Amino acid sequence: MGWQCGLKLQMGEIEQKRKTVFVTVGTTLFDALVKAVDTEQVKHELQRRGYTHLLIQIGRGSYIPDKCEGEGGSLVVDYFTFSSSIAEHLRSASLVISHAGSGSIFETLRLGKPLIVVVNEDLMDNHQSELAEELAERKHLYCAHPQALLETIADMNLESLLPYPAGDAKPVINLINRFLGFPDD
Amino acid sequence: MEEAHDCCFSIATMITIFLLVVVIRVVYVFYRTGKPLSSKSSKPRSTLIVLGSGGHTAEMINVLSVMQKARFTPRFYIAAATDNMSLQKARVLEDSLADEIQDKKVPAEFMQIYRSREVGQSYITSIGTTLIAIAHALWLMLRIRPEVILCNGPGTCVPLCVIAFLFKVVGIRWSTIFYIESIARVKKLSLSGLLLYKLRIADQFFVQWPQLQRKYTRSQYVGCLM
Repeated sequence: MGWQCGLKLQMGEIEQKRKTVFVTVGTTLFDALVKAVDTEQVKHELQRRGYTHLLIQIGRGSYIPDKCEGEGGSLVVDYFTFSSSIAEHLRSASLVISHAGSGSIFETLRLGKPLIVVVNEDLMDNHQSELAEELAERKHLYCAHPQALLETIADMNLESLLPYPAGDAKPVINLINRFLGFPDD
Repeated sequence: MEEAHDCCFSIATMITIFLLVVVIRVVYVFYRTGKPLSSKSSKPRSTLIVLGSGGHTAEMINVLSVMQKARFTPRFYIAAATDNMSLQKARVLEDSLADEIQDKKVPAEFMQIYRSREVGQSYITSIGTTLIAIAHALWLMLRIRPEVILCNGPGTCVPLCVIAFLFKVVGIRWSTIFYIESIARVKKLSLSGLLLYKLRIADQFFVQWPQLQRKYTRSQYVGCLM
C-alpha cells in the first residue's frame, strides 16, 4: 500500500511538472510553422519559460521535426501527422501554438488555454489573419508571423491575456424570427 | 405585305409588354426583398440550411442549436459533395433533437451539391465549374422550394440564393434569405457575402464585427456567434 501511495505521489509530481506546448497546423499543412518551432532558439526559449514537452501536429507537411527524448534535461519533442483527438491534446496543453483557422482558435479559447496564432503567409486568400489580429488586439491571444515566433514567445505575458467570452446566437435568431413574423416568446 | 407588317408589329408589342412585365416584377421583388413578412403566424416554414467546411459549419450549428426547431420545419441541409464532415455534424444535431422531443421522425433531409469553387482554384476555371454547380443547384432547389434559406458563407450558397431569387421573380416560391457572414471576416466581406450584398439578394445580412457593419451599412451587427 505504502509503495503504491508513493508511486502515485511521484506520478502526480511528474504530471504537475509536465508543461506541454501543443503545436497544430490543422487539416492541411504549414511547414513554415513547424520549421519555426523546430529551431534551437525557440525550443530553448520554451524551456526557459518552464515548458517541458513539445508536441507538434504536422499534418500533410513534408518538413519533419527532430524527435527528442529529453536527454540531459532538454525539451521532450514529439510529433504526429493527424489525430482524431486534437481536443484532448488541446486540453492537456499549457500553451497552444496554432494555425489561424477559426475552428482551432475558438476551440482553444473556449478551453481557456494561452494561444499564439501563427499566420500562414503562403495562403492565396489570406483573410485568416484578420480574425487573429482582431482577437490579438482584444488581448485574447498573441498573433505572430512565422519569423516573429521567437520574439513573441520571449515577450509574451500570459497573465495579460483576457478570457474570451462565449458567443451568443440568440440575437441573430431573434432578428430572424421577427423578420418572418413569428410571435415573440 | 401590310399583314406581315401588322404581324411583326404585334409580335414586337407582345415582346415589349412581356419585357415590361418582367422588369416590373424584378423591380417589385427587389422592393419587397429586405422587408419583413407581413403575416403574423406561427405556421412552420420549410428551411434550407447551407453548410460549409470547418468553421462555417461550427457557426451554423451554434445558430441551429438555439433556434426554435418547430418553426423551421421541415429542414433541408446542403453541403459540398467534397465535404462529408459538415453533413455528419448536422446529422448528430438532428439525432440529438429526435431524442429530445421523442418524436418518431424529425423531418430533416441531407443533400450534397457540386462546389462552384474549391479552395485555391483560380477565378477563371471557376466559371466552368460554377455553371455545373448552378445546374445541380437548380435541380435541388426545384425539389426543395424552401421558404427560408440560412447560409453563412460557403461558395455553394451563391447559386442557391440566385436561384431562390429567380423563383421569387417567376413566382415559384417566395424564399426569405438570411446571410450570416463568418466570424473570420473582420474587415472585408467574403466573395459570397459581397456578391449577395451587392446584388441585394439576401433579405437580411448579418455580420459579427461592428467595424464590418460600419463599412456595409445595410448589414446588421449581431455580435459573435462563436
